[in-house]
Amino acid sequence: MAKCVCVIAEFRNGNFRRVSFEVASEGKRVADALGLELYGVAVGSGVASKAAELGRYGVRKVLVRDDPALENYLAETHVPIVAEMVGRLDPAVILLPASVDGKDLGSRLGAKLRVALVQDVVQIVCEDGRVRAKWPIFAGKCFAWSEWLGGTLPVISCRPNVMSCREPDDSFAAEVENVDVPIPQARSHVKAIDYDTSGKVELSEAEIIISGGRGMKEASNYSMLEELAQLLGAAVGASRAAVDSGWRPHSDQVGQTGKVVNPDLYIAVGISGAIQHLAGMGSSKYIVAINRDPDAPIFSKADYGIVEDLFKFIPAFTEEVRKHKSTCS
Amino acid sequence: MNIVVLLKQTPDTESVIRIAGDGKSIVTDGLKWIINPYDEFALEAALRLKDKLKGKVSVVSYGPPRVVEALRTALAMGADDAVLIDDPVLKTADYLRVTKALTAAIKELNPDLIFTGSRAIDYDQGQRGAIVAENLDWPHLALAVAVDCDGSVVTIERPIEGGKVILESPLPALVTFGGAHAIWNPRYASLPGIMKAKKKPIAMKKVTDLGFDPANFEPETARIRITSLEKPAERKQGRIINGDLDVVGKAAELVRSLHEEAKVI
Repeated sequence: MAKCVCVIAEFRNGNFRRVSFEVASEGKRVADALGLELYGVAVGSGVASKAAELGRYGVRKVLVRDDPALENYLAETHVPIVAEMVGRLDPAVILLPASVDGKDLGSRLGAKLRVALVQDVVQIVCEDGRVRAKWPIFAGKCFAWSEWLGGTLPVISCRPNVMSCREPDDSFAAEVENVDVPIPQARSHVKAIDYDTSGKVELSEAEIIISGGRGMKEASNYSMLEELAQLLGAAVGASRAAVDSGWRPHSDQVGQTGKVVNPDLYIAVGISGAIQHLAGMGSSKYIVAINRDPDAPIFSKADYGIVEDLFKFIPAFTEEVRKHKSTCS
Repeated sequence: MNIVVLLKQTPDTESVIRIAGDGKSIVTDGLKWIINPYDEFALEAALRLKDKLKGKVSVVSYGPPRVVEALRTALAMGADDAVLIDDPVLKTADYLRVTKALTAAIKELNPDLIFTGSRAIDYDQGQRGAIVAENLDWPHLALAVAVDCDGSVVTIERPIEGGKVILESPLPALVTFGGAHAIWNPRYASLPGIMKAKKKPIAMKKVTDLGFDPANFEPETARIRITSLEKPAERKQGRIINGDLDVVGKAAELVRSLHEEAKVI
């Protein structure tokens, strides 16, 4: 098969995850720049009947391995299957999502294929047929550019929420080819899987995040932020100080230790702005800081600053948002 | 039970990162160095498992002599011995070669379990654990926020987007650690621990000691390299919403700004 750009799409719970479409869109851009076709690879239970959807984002053909045994991601089974499928395509570049499972698959796949992966890429540049990739280091305090040497196959995992999705072209369906790759015998296994059904917005995928810090004073005060989050369709995050104090679960922690987030709007409430926190949210599109202390470092990153007691401001702000929502809808 | 903890020394999370004159590395003068927090979580988990099942915890790292300090800290926390691959050829080798050397050093220790951080807070590629497991042809369980082992099977909890997975593997296996300080509460080195650590062995290795030809680590062999570093774009100067507004006025002005200017609500 002629050289192509290959995207590895992530399929879970009967659907492609949104980030797969972002990666396909970026893959199409890279393929056009290199003058190559875009192909896809997808593994999962029920994926064959959905794979044509990738065509809307520019994928010409998708190789799929569909089996109920592949319902849940497991490195030991998925990596060898993907490696085999990718091998058949002989791509010039591989793109995949820098999601939790994508990052895991990518690292082991890179080692298996003896090629070099760059994770969490936010920008890809193609010049003279060569590919370079940019990714955040020190949680966004800096960025690094990488290039591949000696004809090494570039493998790139793309950070979710960064690469823009193409306008889907519903008239185009990808060709789907089932490939019969054996499922390897695995030693490890998925013992249980448990999805959160509370409807809570996932921090790493949220468009708006409201984070509370030390200034929240105690766990029960977060109900204020939750109410506001509900109105805005936002996720609630926390600083390390708040998590260390036991007010919020560790999964809510934003920062260099914790989650690096890049929502459209980040509202920092009672967060002074330690360097390690700023690193985790500094690439948000808009930042609002609410803090009593006018000298808090968080204001240096904020597009809009409010110097107020948060316990007075948040209820007033929530009320204004409520009024705004009712006039908009 | 033999547990190897693979750890890296990184700049402290509060460090200000400056780009060096070569444009592709960082200024290391004056940085405070720590054990990468996620590796420290792995170490804490290993030490707890040692308390439960008995056995030995060895730490393995690479880098210049300053890394000895991180290894001494690990020994003071309760690890039994340490290996440092201190070889200048690793400085210009790509991460695939570095991981080969680490794998060889780990193999010599004959572990039942390998624990390491899910990511390092410096270059944040989060690949080392999976690559070592692939090199060894072992299963790996990634991003543990809880771990248990009965001596023959290891179980972890792995958070994924919108849920969690429980993974299990027979030994030998490799586990990478996620989570936060609040989960793992890594122990501090006690004074007696620090005294004892001074007598614990740190083996210094070169790649030749691990059976490699140093020529295979020369810069020309690299498959990937960093060409440049850049600082994030400066954020536009923001605006403090004040004027003569009271709290309600400020709240209304913020809503208006977010809706009309930023167009995010």
